[in-house]
Amino acid sequence: MLARTADNLYWVSRYVERAEYLARILEATQRLSALPIAYGGTTNEWDSAVATAGCAGAFFAAHKEANEESVTEFLAFSPDNPSSIRSCFEVARSNARAMRTALTIEMWEAINETWLELRRFQPSSMSREEIARFLRWVQECSLRFDGSAYRTMLRNDAYWFSRLGVYLERADNTARILDVKYHMLLPAHEHVGGPLDYFQWAAILRSVSALTAYHWVYRESVKPWLVADLLILNDQMPRSLASCYENIVRNLDSIARAYGRQGPAQRQARAVRTRLQNSRMDGIFQSGLHEFIGGFIADNNRLGAAIAEQYLV
Amino acid sequence: MPAAFDEMRGSGGDLRPAYLQLARWLGELPPGFLPQRMREAELLFRRIGITFAVYGEADASERLIPFDVVPRILAASEWATLTRGLEQRVKALNAYVKDVYGKREVLRAGIVPEDLVFQNPVFRPEMNAQRVPHDIYVFIAGVDVVRVDADSFYVLEDNVRTPSGVSYMLENREVMMRLFPDLFARHRVAPVENYPDELLATLKSAAPATAAADPTVVLLTPGIYNSAYYEHSFLADKLGVELVEGRDLLVKGEIVYMRTTEGLKRVDVIYRRIDDDFLDPLAFRPDSALGVPGLMSAYVAGNVTLANAVGTGVADDKAVYSYMPEIVRFYLGEEPILKNVPTWRCREPGHLAYVLAHLSELVVKEVHGSGGYGMLIGPRADKATLAAFRARLERDPKGFIAQPTLALSTVPTCVEEGIAPRHVDLRPFVLTGRDRVRIVPGGLTRVALKKDSLVVNSSQGGGTKDTWVLDA
Repeated sequence: MLARTADNLYWVSRYVERAEYLARILEATQRLSALPIAYGGTTNEWDSAVATAGCAGAFFAAHKEANEESVTEFLAFSPDNPSSIRSCFEVARSNARAMRTALTIEMWEAINETWLELRRFQPSSMSREEIARFLRWVQECSLRFDGSAYRTMLRNDAYWFSRLGVYLERADNTARILDVKYHMLLPAHEHVGGPLDYFQWAAILRSVSALTAYHWVYRESVKPWLVADLLILNDQMPRSLASCYENIVRNLDSIARAYGRQGPAQRQARAVRTRLQNSRMDGIFQSGLHEFIGGFIADNNRLGAAIAEQYLV
Repeated sequence: MPAAFDEMRGSGGDLRPAYLQLARWLGELPPGFLPQRMREAELLFRRIGITFAVYGEADASERLIPFDVVPRILAASEWATLTRGLEQRVKALNAYVKDVYGKREVLRAGIVPEDLVFQNPVFRPEMNAQRVPHDIYVFIAGVDVVRVDADSFYVLEDNVRTPSGVSYMLENREVMMRLFPDLFARHRVAPVENYPDELLATLKSAAPATAAADPTVVLLTPGIYNSAYYEHSFLADKLGVELVEGRDLLVKGEIVYMRTTEGLKRVDVIYRRIDDDFLDPLAFRPDSALGVPGLMSAYVAGNVTLANAVGTGVADDKAVYSYMPEIVRFYLGEEPILKNVPTWRCREPGHLAYVLAHLSELVVKEVHGSGGYGMLIGPRADKATLAAFRARLERDPKGFIAQPTLALSTVPTCVEEGIAPRHVDLRPFVLTGRDRVRIVPGGLTRVALKKDSLVVNSSQGGGTKDTWVLDA
């Protein structure tokens, strides 16, 4: 298949995944900022949302203060933010349009309708309820696109490249949330388990749609080290780093089998997966959660570059 | 202007046989039925993303061509005549292009004046004495045909460069079958859905001798900003071939390759939807970012087939058009089956004088124009427009031809005030392969939606209709 087509497939998936993640962050932040201070509500939730989205630099270049209005506008609607939900959907749609032939009709309709619908939302006049509906809608669009890909694509290289985009983006997103919130996950805190942090941890889980999963897996109330375990090492959890890398390795292997040769991308992906498999939470905490996650994000970016180098140019 | 021939009611007002069922069906419909179906059709088109761009409109990067749900119907016998005429016409066009770049017998015989060829900006000296695979230049032609009475079809234009519109022929049919299963059950409509297969067979038959047994075909598009981009991606999908842009291709050692995830892969046949000018910055416009450097060298070396060939434009400008009846006779020794609209060539002083004297009765067109831009419809023009056009004609007579205002046939059409006759034309698509000529029964019917308007171009308020060829 054309290298440009593979590149488009990969990025369409990444952008759609990113849009969903931004919607989740905004939703979780909305909830947290509505909490009374005594329950963990803080005043800098919106700062934290910008950091989690990985665009603090661009945001503060354009805005003085991070508050509900400015952050929602910037992360959801701003045409000047290349990673806003609107920009993600627009780029995804124009990439999709440039390779219509590689998408199934269901995938195209999902992305095209999202784009058509998007233009009907008028950010300036939206109430909180409407914004909440908008954020739900974004997640539904992503689910529909992802589901269409899963249900309708041939299982060939086109499918594998589009999956790679999903999992690389997802791994990056999960790692970023952990990185911004890591200080809350560190154990040996005085009031671990107190009501203050409880809602913060719940918010983290919510932002990666893992709150229900947490209860099923651990059958305990929310504990910080279990939250970290779930999001980093638990391969049953679809957004965990471990699970993302299971999938990245599998899809890269499928490509290598089909093309008859392995390359640097396959080797790098396996190395990251092995590191995750051999890690224990105790060890990660001892050597530093922040350092661990920082290292992971860098590895993940390097893998993205290796995949591009090997297949997409 | 004489009264137009209506394809449903004829000239006398009696229903013509091909339209009997349709007329009955239209009569049975509850009020509001068709307008509602029109809205459904628009929704379907919008969802599928069938759009086109109109150049020169600020916020119109993606627009829908209006679609009319009342089909245009041709009887089997009418289609048979058309088919024979089209095949004859395209054979002559091919022979003409080959001759112009080869022995030039048509020039030496004085059939076509030399300067019409050599001073034509679309004449490509690079193609002189250049053989193309199987001597085919025009693989895909979109011949615009109009009708003025029960028996007379006129060719209005031969489009032999990169004719577009076939995706509408295919999608219009799909949408119609979804909306009106009952109407289809009452007719036996010849299918058009095999067009992509016929096109692929045509393209594969044209592969160069050095190609593998199963040649690699690609469709070359200028990219997503081109007005016909939707059609390019649609066709590539139906053909099952890669849709490539210039940057996806490269030429090494006079062989064309595409960049794939598995490295370079050789390309044998390029169905190109890019104009000659932009194909290869080394050979043509150096500022073209759409093309492939070195493509012409691979083409000249015979390692790749371009469809259509480079330089076919010499056969389809409006001045050459006026010589088509002679061209058909010259190469085939036959009388043309399809008529030519009588044409005054303003380059000839006698013709120019006539045109200037009868300006308000004539249609005047730019020789190199297309898309309905820059033309004068005399009977519809006011005094100032006529005067301005007269000045342009006197300044550059060679740039224009003139034709009588044809009373294009009309077909019932769903408009605001109900069902009313509107003027139509027809663009059937003619495929010429090494083995044979293929024409799927149908084509793109364009309709002028404004009352009394004769301009059917989508860029100027025209719409489209599904075109039915009945089985018997």
